[in-house]
Amino acid sequence: MAASSAGDPLVLVDGLTKTYTLGEVAVRALRGISLTVTTGEFVALTGPSGSGKSTFMHLLGCLDRPTSGTYRLGGRDVARLSKRELARIRNQEIGFVFQGFNLLPRTTALENVELPLLYRGGLSGARRRAMARDALEAVGLADRLDHHPSQLSGGQQQRVAIARALVTGPTLLLADEPTGNLDSRTSIEVMDIFQRLNVERGLTIVLVTHERDIAEYAARVVSFLDGRVRSDRPVGRRRTAAVELENLTVRHDEALHDVETDLEVRRA
Amino acid sequence: MSLLMTFVVAIKALRRNTMRTALTALGMIIGVAAVIVMMALGSGARTTIEAQIRTIGSNVIMVNAGAGGFGPVRGGQGATTTLTVEDAETIRREIPGIRYISPGVVTRTQVVAGTGNWNTVVQGTSEALPAIRSWPMQFGSFFTEDDVRRSARVAVIGSVVRDQLFGSGTDPIGQVIRIHNQPFRVIGVLSTKGQAMFGQDQDDTVYVPYTTAMKRLLGRDYLRDITISTENGVKTTEMTQAIAALLRERHAIPPGSEDDFMIRTQEEIASILTSTTTTMTYLLASIAAVSLLVGGIGIMNIMLVSVTERTREIGLRLSVGARDVDVLLQFLMEAVVLSLAGGAIGVGVGFGASYGLSRLMSWSSLVTVDAVLLSFGCAAAVGIFFGFYPARKAAALDPIEALRYE
Ligand SMILES: Nc1ncnc2c1ncn2[C@@H]1O[C@H](COP(=O)(O)OP(=O)(O)OP(=O)(O)O)[C@@H](O)[C@H]1O
Ligand SMILES: [Mg+2]
Repeated sequence: MAASSAGDPLVLVDGLTKTYTLGEVAVRALRGISLTVTTGEFVALTGPSGSGKSTFMHLLGCLDRPTSGTYRLGGRDVARLSKRELARIRNQEIGFVFQGFNLLPRTTALENVELPLLYRGGLSGARRRAMARDALEAVGLADRLDHHPSQLSGGQQQRVAIARALVTGPTLLLADEPTGNLDSRTSIEVMDIFQRLNVERGLTIVLVTHERDIAEYAARVVSFLDGRVRSDRPVGRRRTAAVELENLTVRHDEALHDVETDLEVRRA
Repeated sequence: MSLLMTFVVAIKALRRNTMRTALTALGMIIGVAAVIVMMALGSGARTTIEAQIRTIGSNVIMVNAGAGGFGPVRGGQGATTTLTVEDAETIRREIPGIRYISPGVVTRTQVVAGTGNWNTVVQGTSEALPAIRSWPMQFGSFFTEDDVRRSARVAVIGSVVRDQLFGSGTDPIGQVIRIHNQPFRVIGVLSTKGQAMFGQDQDDTVYVPYTTAMKRLLGRDYLRDITISTENGVKTTEMTQAIAALLRERHAIPPGSEDDFMIRTQEEIASILTSTTTTMTYLLASIAAVSLLVGGIGIMNIMLVSVTERTREIGLRLSVGARDVDVLLQFLMEAVVLSLAGGAIGVGVGFGASYGLSRLMSWSSLVTVDAVLLSFGCAAAVGIFFGFYPARKAAALDPIEALRYE
């Protein structure tokens, strides 16, 4: 991909529409989206259910083709690329975290994360496993390598899906409601991973959520309504997941301390 | 994805559903085993027949009375009365390159010895028979030219006749057997040939001089056949034409009319019989191949089910960067692995079954390299052919639609 440094437009979308035809009825899921995401940005996409967020993400992820409009990724017009080129982009330049986890059942976490690497030539089995293990370590799952999805909690499965999106070292991470099924603490943990990747590796992130507080971990919030951009503004008071996690732990420890003193007092 | 990786992924997918894989492979196993067994029985039959043909003796020409092919095609063999001993003598005199010649007659009758009796074939022949057929004696000796000239009442018996009349393995030389109520002295026992020829067991036969048979047993003056053995290096086709011309002249057959005899060389008999068995073999094998086809349809069926079941998996693979050829190859590989594994086991089962059949039923069977390669090749072809459609269906899926599939 064309060398892109922070500040260059990575995603350049202009007048993008997507119309699904179901028999007689035409569903206009996107009605002209224009948007620019620069390299290193962390964008949250919000909007009511059915406003076209997932549809838009699929187009960004080169998983689907728009009905009209242009999408330039790193300077290339995606509409002009061959199926083969698109497969290569999905494999090497984009990491996609699905709304459902979409893990392979009865397959270990390690093998699930290894999956994208199978479609990239020239990697030995040992190298692939090492890369998958690194990705799982990065999301804090080093001790769950051989677990099947059914043996993992929802949050852990979500983290395996994130590791799979990251293992190929993409430049663009697309995450569709990655915290939709998680409790608040696990949600913060996932946002912590994203924020760190964004800061430490300069990874560009577009994340869909309909929770206002999750959107505040991003630097910019784009809001959809009926297939159009309703608002697009920077986050005023950005939240930092790492700090909140620390506070949570402290509070948790204090609570535990309180209970213990309580018990000691009673015993005494 | 490399072919090796595709193979590993295919094995994993197949092992995930062991029972289904085994049952699908069973279809191929049965198909391949059936082809192997059928071809083994065919090859076995051919070798047996080739061995039988060799017992006719090499460089042999047979002249039969009556026209037509083998067996009673027109009026039946022996119904023609025109082939005579004089014909045989004239052939010997006038055709160059003949080593042995033996006029022949034949009848089926009851043979009695002391208390035992046995219904068997009595064949009148000349002293040349053992030489023509390279047939050694077990006991005693064959009758001589002198016996033939005198129409002597002597008999040489095959080992089956001996076993039936005198007991297994005994030496009956000097004993008397009665044929048509006339006493014949047993002067020899032929060694066991162990081969049936055209439905007639050569070991279950009593051989007497043809003169004796014609005069004392049959009361006729015409022959059923003349067997000729040529010198080495003589062209049998040319000799056949010469004999035919001579016999037509002697029998005064006008040009354009059919022969009243039939001449066959050993090569002709051999080629007719082997081509018949080859046809049979391929017929049987193609019937067996039908089960291979059914096995292939089983594979296709299971692959279609598998593609549907794994639609989401396919969508996921496409979305993380699999190209459509990767998906195509993955499913094709599964089908081929299934059919080849089934094929390999089928070859083993086919070997076992052929061996078992030849042991239990004493059918001769022979598993040839050709048969193994052919059926294995068929298995691979079936896998590719029937695996292609489901694999293409998988590869044509759209990533998002596949992921959405419930
Ligand atoms: N494959 C499809 N066929 C037909 N209509 C579709 C298809 N996919 C999406 N739609 C329609 O497009 C519109 C946008 O759907 P989309 O999934 O993008 O919404 P969303 O914003 O992601 O909603 P949610 O927050 O519930 O996930 C909806 O009205 C939906 O019914
Ligand atoms: Mg959605």
